[in-house]
Amino acid sequence: MIAAPSTIPAGGAITTQLLEISIGPQHPSTHGVFRMDVVLDGEVVRALKPVVGYLHRNHEQLAEKMSWLGSMPYTDRLDYFNSMSNNWAYALAVEKLAGIKVPERAEYIRVIMAELSRLQNHASAIGFLLQDCGAWGTPLLYAFKEREKILDFFETVSGSRMMCNYFRFGGVRVDLNDEMLAMARKIVAEFPKFLDEFEKLMTTNEVVLARCQRVGILPKELAIAGSISGPVARASGVEYDIRKVDKYGVYGQLEFGVPVGAVGDVYDRYYIRVLEMRESVKILQQVLRDIPAGPVQAVEVKLRGFKIPAGDGYGRVEGAKGELGFYLVSEGGPKPYRYHIRPPSFINLTVLEDMCVGHKVADAIIILGSIDIVLGEVDR
Amino acid sequence: MIPTSEQLCAAVPGAVIEIVPSTPAAAQPAMLVDREHLVAVARYLKNEPSCQLDFCSCVTGVDYLAKGFIEIVYHLYSVALKHGPVVLKVRAPRELNQCHVPSLTTVWRGCEFQEREAFDLYGVKFDGHPDLRRILMWNEFTDHPMRKDYVPPADYEWEPTPHDEVLKRTKAAGGIMPPSAAVEVKK
Amino acid sequence: METIYQLLHVTFANVPAWTVQVAAFLIPIAFIFGVYPAIFALTTLVERKALGRIQNRYGPNRVGIFGVLQPLADGLKILLKEDIVPRVADKFTHFLAPVLIVVPGLLVYLVVPVAPGMVAVDLKIGVLFALAVGTMSAIALFMAGWASRNKFSLLGAVRAVAQVVSYEVPTVMAGVAVIMAAGTLSTLTIVQRQGGGILNISNWYVFRPWGLVGFVLFVIGGLAESARCPFDLPEAESELIGGYHTEYSGFKFALFQMGEYLAGMAMAGVTVTLFLGGYMGPGSGPGLVGSLIAMLWFFSKLAGMIMLNIWIRGTWPRLRVDQLMGFAWKVLLPLALVNIVAVGFWHFLTPRPLAWVVTTGWLVIWFLVLTKCNASAILEKREYRYV
Repeated sequence: MIAAPSTIPAGGAITTQLLEISIGPQHPSTHGVFRMDVVLDGEVVRALKPVVGYLHRNHEQLAEKMSWLGSMPYTDRLDYFNSMSNNWAYALAVEKLAGIKVPERAEYIRVIMAELSRLQNHASAIGFLLQDCGAWGTPLLYAFKEREKILDFFETVSGSRMMCNYFRFGGVRVDLNDEMLAMARKIVAEFPKFLDEFEKLMTTNEVVLARCQRVGILPKELAIAGSISGPVARASGVEYDIRKVDKYGVYGQLEFGVPVGAVGDVYDRYYIRVLEMRESVKILQQVLRDIPAGPVQAVEVKLRGFKIPAGDGYGRVEGAKGELGFYLVSEGGPKPYRYHIRPPSFINLTVLEDMCVGHKVADAIIILGSIDIVLGEVDR
Repeated sequence: MIPTSEQLCAAVPGAVIEIVPSTPAAAQPAMLVDREHLVAVARYLKNEPSCQLDFCSCVTGVDYLAKGFIEIVYHLYSVALKHGPVVLKVRAPRELNQCHVPSLTTVWRGCEFQEREAFDLYGVKFDGHPDLRRILMWNEFTDHPMRKDYVPPADYEWEPTPHDEVLKRTKAAGGIMPPSAAVEVKK
Repeated sequence: METIYQLLHVTFANVPAWTVQVAAFLIPIAFIFGVYPAIFALTTLVERKALGRIQNRYGPNRVGIFGVLQPLADGLKILLKEDIVPRVADKFTHFLAPVLIVVPGLLVYLVVPVAPGMVAVDLKIGVLFALAVGTMSAIALFMAGWASRNKFSLLGAVRAVAQVVSYEVPTVMAGVAVIMAAGTLSTLTIVQRQGGGILNISNWYVFRPWGLVGFVLFVIGGLAESARCPFDLPEAESELIGGYHTEYSGFKFALFQMGEYLAGMAMAGVTVTLFLGGYMGPGSGPGLVGSLIAMLWFFSKLAGMIMLNIWIRGTWPRLRVDQLMGFAWKVLLPLALVNIVAVGFWHFLTPRPLAWVVTTGWLVIWFLVLTKCNASAILEKREYRYV
């Protein structure tokens, strides 16, 4: 718990007191029901403890009572911004445990969905970051204009804008026809223009620079020790991207770069996301060009009465927020014995205190925004 | 280079290491380490130049009710050498007063929140953890909800206007009766 | 007011003198109370629609055609809301704070001339009165934050006071330049001095080098005084929920909004008076038609300034509090002092072209020096590698 307020004799005459404040859980900028117990000395943060659990919905225990496939819609609701990546992480973990091979067209479709998810997630993330900086919604709504196109595509494909429930073990649920592919190509063609406009407005804006540079620096060693993953870690110089390391899906055959920063402040985390969006556009162009014909679901997988041989295993993907992994334990039955999610947002919060101490309250909000958390994932 | 159990036994004398297989397709065999030597094994894995497992990706608690122990599973990867996963397992008895394992937060800082979660949901105490308290449930909560033998309290379905079935069950289990029930039960 | 008194005295000669006097000061007050809150209501609608258009969406357009009945609907809704006062709040101060926010905003309009001879009170110390009364809002903001007994409100109040007090100084100094050039503190006289010239426009102080710098300083200071974006830290919604007005609901909240907008418009009005020539424009002069044209000019300039405020609000993020203070004390204040020296050069160098050259050169050099010394927001050269 936070220590009781103590008096600090400041240079002799005036004694001051530390102010304990609780930012959240009802707050416009904490990205959900999230609370930070902050101890302030004037405007400077002296200690900060994140308090989570306001959105705990007991997902892991529910999964133990449902069939393997029955948990798939629940995974949409974890990181509700990119449900496609969550679906993929779970499907990948199950396929790894059961040894299911996914047909090639399905792999390409999975990459399309995951990269589109990444695009709209990063666009919203930087929009929200600038909203926290105080720009009254303008960059956010510009980013949402692009996001709407991607969400319309998801709705056409899977029937739902955000909670798609589109992946299955061994493939995806429905195939993409030419009209949908044309829609995807249009989105990819228009995205770089949005990025250029956004960069022109924001990347060299003096206020953004003054607010974000040299604020909330995360050193590389702390990032690795604290198990930080995703754009947050790469901005601090950690050269690790699961798409390049594990080469799951067809990422091994695609040409793309992984941007890595050097300083690790809020500005780097913002700019790495912009660069990652550009790389995602490259990936999408390759995939949309090369997508083969074929089935979209492995024929040998019977989804009713689906069982996995006994044992355990861990499967992970590079979600937009970091490493999203599933640890599954099976007893050979139709239901999981243990179903555990490794949430990137939850673990990225470990270093929030380290980054915020010594900065001001306004900076603490921006640092939280730059980590890009989603409470559905933090609390499950 | 992923270390073998013989290498580890040689490096950390006295360690008892057993290989536990995963599903055949996953091919991620785990090393079950005894409680006393867990921290030493972890430090060796982190610092040894040939393995350099500096990234602790996932910490999970699993409750094996039939076998009588709770297992903590650590998945380790290497950022420097880009290999992994190496799976460490450690077991503790299920009784609350004996259920403790050493904490690996001093080795990998990222274990901090996940070990708190295992404590909160399974009741496993981590010796040496800097700040062991509940994280997902509220502070005054008792019991550990993810255990296989967890029974939710009888009055957890309390609502201001409960129907007969719930009222009867609550009364039978000795739970707290809502004030509005006084009228209904009298009927 | 004197003009109205003379007018009424002549028209209604057989009415007792005190009635004419009372009418003479009630009419301008009624004008202020009627016109400016109406402009405020319209401004809320225009602001929401303009912000919406900047953000690629429509503003309110459901209530009435183009949403014109929206202010009415908002007012009705706010009047019908429950007035919640926290149990531990300081009740008297909590009640008084919104009132004290609105009053200085309205008082400033007393010295803003709308047409030739038409100013509510022709004070000889008009500018001093306007700036001094405008600062009163700082006390009211602090009262609001303190009385709410809420840590967030307190933080907001502290920031508000620091910001208003810091930005007072460059604002007043910028005003001093105008006072020196005009030689008087009376707002009516300042506007009259800006008449004449080509089309009644070329004598506006904004077209002088020192006037341009003063105008920019005054606009920035005005934004900071009325706590508008990008200086809206006191009510920084994304950090402090509501800042000093977190614990207010219902009509008291509406009074806060009204006070903020009225203060903003009042500063805009004073800016127009000091720098943009007040009611001066082609066609404004004494007489009925001339006065009407002058009023038209004044209100168009006021509208232009308000649109500028809205535009800035929709575009810029917010500075952090220490960066804000640094900006005021390290950049704006020296610039304001330099500006005063520039006015001196302007006044004493007799050949006009020489005065232009020297003043402009002096200001440009100092501007470059100050921005170079205080450039904290340079884009650092960052290396991004691809792996």
